[in-house]
Amino acid sequence: MDISWYLALSAILFTIGVLGVLLRRNAIVILMSIEIMLNAVNLTLVTLSQSMGDVTGQVLVFFSMSVAAAEAAIGLAIIIALFRRKLTLDVTQIHLFKY
Amino acid sequence: MEPDFLVRLILLLPLAGAVFNGIVPLFVPALRRREGLIGSVGTAVVAIPFVLALYLFLSFEGEPIVATVYTWMASGELDLSFAYRIDQLSLLMTLIVTGVGGLIHLYSIGYMHEDPGFWRFFAYLNLFIFAMLNLVLGNNLPVLFLGWEGVGLCSYLLIGFWYTDLKNSAAANKAFIMNRVGDFAFLLAMFLLFKELGSLDFDVVLTEGPAMSQSTINWVVFLFFFGATGKSAQIPLYTWLPDAMAGPTPVSALIHAATMVTSGLYLLARLSPVVLSAPAVMTVIAVVGALTALVAATIAITQNDIKKVLAYSTVSQLGYMFLASGVGAFYVAIFHVMTHAFFKGCLFLGSGSVIHGMHHVEHEVAHHGKGALDPQDMRTMGGLKKYMPTTRMTFLLSTLAIAGIPLFSGFFSKDEILFKAFEYGYDGHVYAWFAWGIGILTAILTAVYMTRCYVLTFEGKERWPMAGEVHPHESPWTMTLPLWVLGVLSVVGGFVGLPAVIAHGELNWIHHWLAGEHGPVLEAEVHTHVPLALEWGLIALGSLIALVGVGLAWQWYRQHALAFDARLRSAFGKLYQWASELYHVDDFYRATFVRAVVEGAEEGLAPFDRRVVDGIVNGVAKLTAGVSRGLRLLQTGIVQSYAVAIVFGVVLIIALMLFG
Repeated sequence: MDISWYLALSAILFTIGVLGVLLRRNAIVILMSIEIMLNAVNLTLVTLSQSMGDVTGQVLVFFSMSVAAAEAAIGLAIIIALFRRKLTLDVTQIHLFKY
Repeated sequence: MEPDFLVRLILLLPLAGAVFNGIVPLFVPALRRREGLIGSVGTAVVAIPFVLALYLFLSFEGEPIVATVYTWMASGELDLSFAYRIDQLSLLMTLIVTGVGGLIHLYSIGYMHEDPGFWRFFAYLNLFIFAMLNLVLGNNLPVLFLGWEGVGLCSYLLIGFWYTDLKNSAAANKAFIMNRVGDFAFLLAMFLLFKELGSLDFDVVLTEGPAMSQSTINWVVFLFFFGATGKSAQIPLYTWLPDAMAGPTPVSALIHAATMVTSGLYLLARLSPVVLSAPAVMTVIAVVGALTALVAATIAITQNDIKKVLAYSTVSQLGYMFLASGVGAFYVAIFHVMTHAFFKGCLFLGSGSVIHGMHHVEHEVAHHGKGALDPQDMRTMGGLKKYMPTTRMTFLLSTLAIAGIPLFSGFFSKDEILFKAFEYGYDGHVYAWFAWGIGILTAILTAVYMTRCYVLTFEGKERWPMAGEVHPHESPWTMTLPLWVLGVLSVVGGFVGLPAVIAHGELNWIHHWLAGEHGPVLEAEVHTHVPLALEWGLIALGSLIALVGVGLAWQWYRQHALAFDARLRSAFGKLYQWASELYHVDDFYRATFVRAVVEGAEEGLAPFDRRVVDGIVNGVAKLTAGVSRGLRLLQTGIVQSYAVAIVFGVVLIIALMLFG
């Protein structure tokens, strides 16, 4: 089995995620981009686990997915709280820590 | 009882007293007014060590005992311990310090009555006794130096005791700073000794010290002597002592007459084997001592403040003691330290009693609006013997003692000093003749100025305003009892050192005790002895000088009182003028050293401080502010810019891992 296709897909997904985090302004989109990055990593884990015949990587993915779910819940909660205060989700408008 | 334990007790009791009197009332203000408690505790913690020291003294067997309390520091060659040495010399000094000290503590209860700083006074006084005991008991030079500095500190605190008066604070500063000059030399001497010998214990210094190279010995002894000129008020550093009279009178008696100022003599006596190996420096010591004795005595004649007279007299007597050390008669110096502690202590306490009485007069006179008077000025005293019989009697006895009237204590010690100087000169040391001659001259002056002081104070007519209506009263028993004890001691104290003409010196107890077979004090060897007849002749000369001096001065001042001062002034003209202006020594110091320091600070250091030091400090602050003003722009507050930084960081790390 040639794993390079899988790894290439994973790299593309990860890059999309990074660019999304860096370039998009909407907080929800940023959150989604983070999820894409997570899943790209998951894909890598599964791929390598399969090719090396070691199931540990696949078990780790389950943990990763459950943590991602919790993270998504907290992230959304923060976004809701943020929206209530600022009435916007544009992260360039939210700079409380500016000098 | 164990000597080890006793030494700890002797040292720690005064310290405990200082803590009790100084720290507790700080937090319990109600205690400050309890004069009875504070005074009796303060006196007891000095009196008990006296009894213990007396016990040690009586049971002493001749071999020095060293008590090590604990090791202070040990590093490399240096091994410093709080070790204390009991031998003939330190025991005698301890007895003087605690004995005279105890009496003066008792006296202070009466003298300091109703002073708001009563507790503070006793705390300082106890602390002084503690430091002084460290000085005389220490078994190595650093412990001695610790005591040396400690007594300097207490002296400073007590001179400036009434610190609200700027004059007193200035006098305290002067004493402290002038002493620092001497202490610097002391430190240098210690460094030099340590460099040469690798140890500062007396055992090592005294046995190996004389084997050092001649120039090293000369430097060490000279530096120690220079240190002693500071503490013991000799030329060139004596001018602080007369100013130190700004302190309360018991302080003048205890610190600036009986004990602290004699520590320089103790140092020389302790180091006598080393000092004797430096004959050149001994010449300097004798000459400086003799000149100091003469200069101070001439000034004393011209002073009108009773305490100033006594202060210059102290400087002069200390000069005598250095003269004795300079001709190698260290035990005689210590003998004179002892008798001087008795009679000068008594004189100062007597003057305190007089001032105490005159304060009352001053108060009454001011109350009736008849002007102000200085309670220390002898010109407004006179005729006090009617009102203060005890003070007068003891003052008279100690005046006769210091003047050297035969059979009084001062006669024996002073005569022994002059005889030793003469003998040393007879043995071929020319400088000792010179010192002897000046000593004789000073002896006449001493008899004159002390008689003048006594007569102007106690005899003749009352000279203060309203003399008919107000008069001073005798002081309470706590003040007169020490006067009597010291008065009696200054009469009989000299019998411990009968001169060599009697029973071939067999009865010279102090000589056997200090400089005998096991004694710690060495003396200069004399090869040609003075014939017996000449010795008797010298004693006769000394007695004659004292009797004539006292007799003449008595007649002059009894008859003419103050008018005689005017006659002296016209007879001696410029000389008298100079002496009364203190030979302008202080003015000279002010015009040179003080001015150099003050102007140097104002012209040189102040601008340097303002421009360079302040510039550096402010510059560093400005630099920090400027850099951070730039750096804070990085904090945009936008999450994504931080994320960019993180990504670039990660990329950088990966790149390094791949290609680095």
